[in-house]
Amino acid sequence: MEDCLAKKMEITVSEAEKRTGRNAMNIQETYTAYLIETRAVESQSEGQCAPVDSLWRRYSEFELLRNYLSVTYPHIVVPPLPEKRADFVWHKLSADNMDPDFVERRRIGLENFLLRVASHPVLCQDRIFYAFLMQEGGWKEMVNETGFQLKADSRLKALNATFRVKNPDKRFTELKHYSDELQSVISHLLRVRARVADRLYGVYKVHGNYGRVFSEWSAIEKEMGDGLQSAGHHMDVYAASIDDILEEEEHYADQLKEYLFYAEALRAVCRKHELMQYDLEMAAQDLTSKKQQCEELATGTVRTFSLKGMTSKLFGQETPEQREAKIKVLEEQIQEGEEQLKSKNLEGRDFVKSAWADIERFKEQKNHDLKEALISYAVMQISMCKKGIQVWTNAKECFSKM
Amino acid sequence: AASAPKPLPSSGPKSLREMPHPLATSSSEEMGPALTPSPDLLLPRSIADKDLSLPNGTPVDTSSPASSSSLLNRLQLDDDLDVETRDLFVTVDDPKKHVCTMETYITYRVTTKTTRAEFDLPEYSVRRRYQDFDWLRNKLEESQPTHLIPPLPEKFVVKGVVDRFSEEFVETRRKALDKFLKRITDHPVLSFNEHFNVFLTAKDLNAYKKQGMALLSKVGESVKYVTGGYKLRSRPLEFAAIGDYLDTFSLKLGTIDRIAQRIIKEQLEYLVELREYGPVYSTWGGLEVELSEPLEGVSACIGNCCTALEELSEDMTEDFLPVLREYILYAESMKNVLKKRDQVQAEYEAKLEAVALKKEDRPKVPTDVEKCQDRVECFNADLKADMERWQNNKRQDFRQLLMGMADKNIQYYEKVCVTYW
Repeated sequence: MEDCLAKKMEITVSEAEKRTGRNAMNIQETYTAYLIETRAVESQSEGQCAPVDSLWRRYSEFELLRNYLSVTYPHIVVPPLPEKRADFVWHKLSADNMDPDFVERRRIGLENFLLRVASHPVLCQDRIFYAFLMQEGGWKEMVNETGFQLKADSRLKALNATFRVKNPDKRFTELKHYSDELQSVISHLLRVRARVADRLYGVYKVHGNYGRVFSEWSAIEKEMGDGLQSAGHHMDVYAASIDDILEEEEHYADQLKEYLFYAEALRAVCRKHELMQYDLEMAAQDLTSKKQQCEELATGTVRTFSLKGMTSKLFGQETPEQREAKIKVLEEQIQEGEEQLKSKNLEGRDFVKSAWADIERFKEQKNHDLKEALISYAVMQISMCKKGIQVWTNAKECFSKM
Repeated sequence: AASAPKPLPSSGPKSLREMPHPLATSSSEEMGPALTPSPDLLLPRSIADKDLSLPNGTPVDTSSPASSSSLLNRLQLDDDLDVETRDLFVTVDDPKKHVCTMETYITYRVTTKTTRAEFDLPEYSVRRRYQDFDWLRNKLEESQPTHLIPPLPEKFVVKGVVDRFSEEFVETRRKALDKFLKRITDHPVLSFNEHFNVFLTAKDLNAYKKQGMALLSKVGESVKYVTGGYKLRSRPLEFAAIGDYLDTFSLKLGTIDRIAQRIIKEQLEYLVELREYGPVYSTWGGLEVELSEPLEGVSACIGNCCTALEELSEDMTEDFLPVLREYILYAESMKNVLKKRDQVQAEYEAKLEAVALKKEDRPKVPTDVEKCQDRVECFNADLKADMERWQNNKRQDFRQLLMGMADKNIQYYEKVCVTYW
């Protein structure tokens, strides 16, 4: 991470704004725009602040950027974007994209995305990325001009490869399984966590009812009245405290979500490998069959069943001139094929090498980040307990004065 | 009207406050006056030397010098405390199941320690079942209609929903029965009731019960106050106030009962989710290498949280809810006593009116009208005294009940805090 952009530049997504405009089909729509601010990190020691550059981007532009990066750097585990639609919600959270809490969490997620890309040794050097940060106008055209969409592999092709590849690198196969399992376990975790949050919310809120009834009860009591009344107040405080607690927990959930989506990025690298490997195997197979064909033509023996062989039996053999011509064509193709195979092999090996390097980097990052997330979760739980102890101790004191 | 053979002990707020509530937490701050074996302390003759126990019969632990001295301090500081008046101690414990051909039931051991002259022996130990307690309560209501009789735990339980023989149910009931007898023991009038005496001492209670049934055919006390037919014009202000108070009180307690039940329900649903939540972390831990330790750690923490939550819900169900319900029953029976009082007053007023209408010169107030007047005055006095006592006990009981609730919640959070640490 020596020379990455993140070290040279401060990047923040500082604001979000609702906008209305006309889209490509000239239909009025409402969307949210996010303000990206950047500032060079150089002369801060002298107390000078470098000027801040800023521009507005919407979510779809972030998506475009990420698609570009995924296609252009298929061997890199590209950082994921925050979710498009609110998922894993529990009843109090809104599933509405326009909800201010959702927008706020998305803003943080987008900033996180930019920081991840900016701290990646390879990705941070990309000029399109730089332009995304610095150049408001004409950026879309710039991206499209790269023609990256053409390089994108079709999903169908990738699926086909998954099923038919014969000798993928074992490490990638394992990694593929790992990322599948990771996706599954984190999804499960997030689903259950949402239910847990829902129930916990219920428990706290019902305690608020004590506040009201203690107050009403205290009205008919003489000596007990004050104690009951003030204890009731603490019950209200208790019931209200859950809102902040669960909001904090949402951040934890977001951290887990990032890695849920990262698992998908990991999967994408594996898929690319499978595709390349499949391509390689197909090319090798093609070459072998061509060589065989050549041999057959040359020696006149038919080793394998072929339509050509059948038709020649039925309709008579071809002339020696025809055969010579065919052999020549085949020999050319074989030579081409061998060169292609060589370069594909090289490509494949390079891919595996650089992909694996990034995967190692990713693993370290993942272990570090998730460990921190788990620790912060424990800290959150402790803080929640401490608040609980505080409130009930206060209530107890009020009861003791009854 | 009943009259206490002994002067009323200074059982005003203070000494009753010192009594530990069955729900009291382990902290000794609420322990009442205790007796230490210290030879320096002059033990009042009235207390049996052998058994060192708290006023309500719970044996006190004097093994540690610290506890003895702090208890001693308490004794010395509290001038108001009249240890000598504590001469009757009753405890309910040791539930046992009895299986007979006709039925299966539980009996409890009722232990009595006393120096009162009304008892032949200083100690008794008998076995009683719920029916017997129910009989006692009915007898007390009959024979002491001007007094507030403490409630019993609910008689009927829905079979199939509640297991009558489960440990939790039996223990909850035992505590309630113990509380019932202790409340009677503390009452300056009820504790001297002869039925109470028999209940505590008789080897064969059923024989006595049968005797009582035979006597019923004679015009007994039970008929005395069933005046019937008289309608009270207006309740005197102070009793109307009591009636209103009891109405609102029951209402509020009912609400609290519903809230507490709701909380327990929500907690159990939360528990269900937690039980699924914890193991997922474990599963994840199985996938990882470096992260497996922290993941397993979180999984274990959640597991501990589940255990602590279970304990909290159980405690609330077994200790908190029954006491609330007891007080609701108490309020109901108290309202009935108020109605009886109204009846007595109505009878008196009706008879008084009848006399006034006769328009004799210098009407002599006939003796039966005088008796009625007496009855009204005694009833009012008894009721007022009982109400005052009740209010104080209620305050103490709820203070301890609610503090106990707060404590259990604190303990829950402490347990969870520790596990995450």
